[in-house]
Amino acid sequence: MNLAWRDIRHKLGRFLLTCVGLGLLLGVVLSMIGIYRGMVDDALVLARTPGADIWVVESGTRGPFAESSRIPGNTREAVARIAGVTAAGSVTYQAAETRRAGRTLRLYVVGYEPGRPGGPRTLTDGRPISRSHYELIADARSGFLLGDRVRLGRDDFSVVGISRGQVNNAGDPVVYMTLNDAQRLQFELAPAAARREAVRRPGTTDTDVVNAVVAVVADTVAPEAVAESLRRWKHLTAMTQAEQEHLLLSSVVAKARKQIGLFTLILLTVSAVIIALIIYTMTLDKMREIATLKLIGAPDRTIIGMIVSQALAMGGIGFASGAAIIIAVKDHFPRRVLLQPEDGLLLALVVLLVCLLASGLGVRLALRIDAAQALGG
Amino acid sequence: MHDLQPLVSLHGISKHFGEGPARVDALRDIDIDVYPEQVVGLLGPSGSGKSTLLNVIGAIVTPSSGRMTLDSEDVFAGRWLRSDLRRMRLEKIGFIFQLHNLLPFLNSLENVALVLDLAGAPPATGRERARELLDYLEVGNRAGAMPASLSGGEAQRVAIARALANRPRIILADEPTAALDSQRARIVMDLLRRVAREQQAAILVVTHDEKVFDHFDRMFHLRDGQLDGG
Repeated sequence: MNLAWRDIRHKLGRFLLTCVGLGLLLGVVLSMIGIYRGMVDDALVLARTPGADIWVVESGTRGPFAESSRIPGNTREAVARIAGVTAAGSVTYQAAETRRAGRTLRLYVVGYEPGRPGGPRTLTDGRPISRSHYELIADARSGFLLGDRVRLGRDDFSVVGISRGQVNNAGDPVVYMTLNDAQRLQFELAPAAARREAVRRPGTTDTDVVNAVVAVVADTVAPEAVAESLRRWKHLTAMTQAEQEHLLLSSVVAKARKQIGLFTLILLTVSAVIIALIIYTMTLDKMREIATLKLIGAPDRTIIGMIVSQALAMGGIGFASGAAIIIAVKDHFPRRVLLQPEDGLLLALVVLLVCLLASGLGVRLALRIDAAQALGG
Repeated sequence: MHDLQPLVSLHGISKHFGEGPARVDALRDIDIDVYPEQVVGLLGPSGSGKSTLLNVIGAIVTPSSGRMTLDSEDVFAGRWLRSDLRRMRLEKIGFIFQLHNLLPFLNSLENVALVLDLAGAPPATGRERARELLDYLEVGNRAGAMPASLSGGEAQRVAIARALANRPRIILADEPTAALDSQRARIVMDLLRRVAREQQAAILVVTHDEKVFDHFDRMFHLRDGQLDGG
């Protein structure tokens, strides 16, 4: 006879309400893990999109994401001539703001050379950029639709393509435009400032500057070897894709990662304490029943089984309800919540372990209940 | 009748709690024999040692000295583990409580069948036996009712059915009529007598309830942990 289930059934409403309460807490834990995963993924998505093997940036910098980097626009031709490099493209990265539906919208602008590495690899709607100017591809998260006009700097751009999952490490949606447009947006001064600059420093208004050059190398060539040869050029430095990703994770999202990890740990500890208190209180409520069970000859394993089963049921239902809630609302979070099955599974195992440990307090109390307590009115 | 072996036999049973100046002698040199089919009353004022004696006979509390046999088993002699005492209670002793102590999350049938389930009986056998007992005690129509919906008399009869489930040889009842009016108290005592007769069981009833005294074959009076007479 399953005493745990019958006791739950007897007070089903209260038990389910407790589970949902616990589920909300576990949902917060799950969402924290999802936010962390989303942050890491967001940080890497920009670096992974070009499909590059090598990143060439300004010497002495760890650009273009961890630090600012500016190199001449003609660097791409020089890189493309290196043995083993099969393709190269210039890229620029910058934050920009525009207005949409009367509200300020932060965007992350990527300038690239259509037909060369650096642009989006897949579109969910529309077409790639085909004109030299005033076209852009926007991520769906920006809310822009095909044909929308977007004001950036002093120019209007037309949305011709929609991508998905393209955000920077701050969660801002990415828009892609041609390198020329991006250079104008980033480096070209307003007319009055340009006239003043031309008078002060004649011949220094060149805007053919890029933030990095991305290169793809042949399958037969080791990216490390190409990067090594590029590092010999004193005004440049080069990183492999793996080094770029490591740099992003260790510098750009390292603190956020630790912060979220700590929060997750605290929340798990709070969950453990709450589960332990709930199980303890449930056991306190059943002291007379447990004493009666002992008196009529129930072995300890029956009583322990009842308490532990209820703790596990509470953890299981709590986790399932928490996961269901977060899956339902994750798209409404300001930052991307990336829920991965392996994270869910790991958390479920941790929750079950916590439930087992937490039920120890209730089990200890139950084992100390004297059978004689059932007698004596 | 007394040619039979006693089902419960206590010789020189003493129980004290604490040591030195804090020592309390709860039971002193108790000798009791109870035979099959006997309904015996255990009387005495509060603090006289009735509960301690019931706990000793119920194999819940180990006596400090003396010898006790239950259904020919020399309980507490040699090494009795907690699990041995638990099995003794499960197989040989039925308990009836003042407030019925039915498990609130089981219905009447499940409360009775639980004892058989704990003893390892197949579920179908347990349920069949539980139904028989509920019918025997005339509460078969309340088999699916939860304890909270039973009247005091019905709950006490279900509790008696639970106490009888494993065909115990000894039934210990702690103030079984305290929460009942005189009519229901008489019905319960008649039931206990019937059980004693039909199942050749020995029944020990701890009570203050004078209106049931005439149902006892014998009465033991306890005072300050000692028997006044028998």
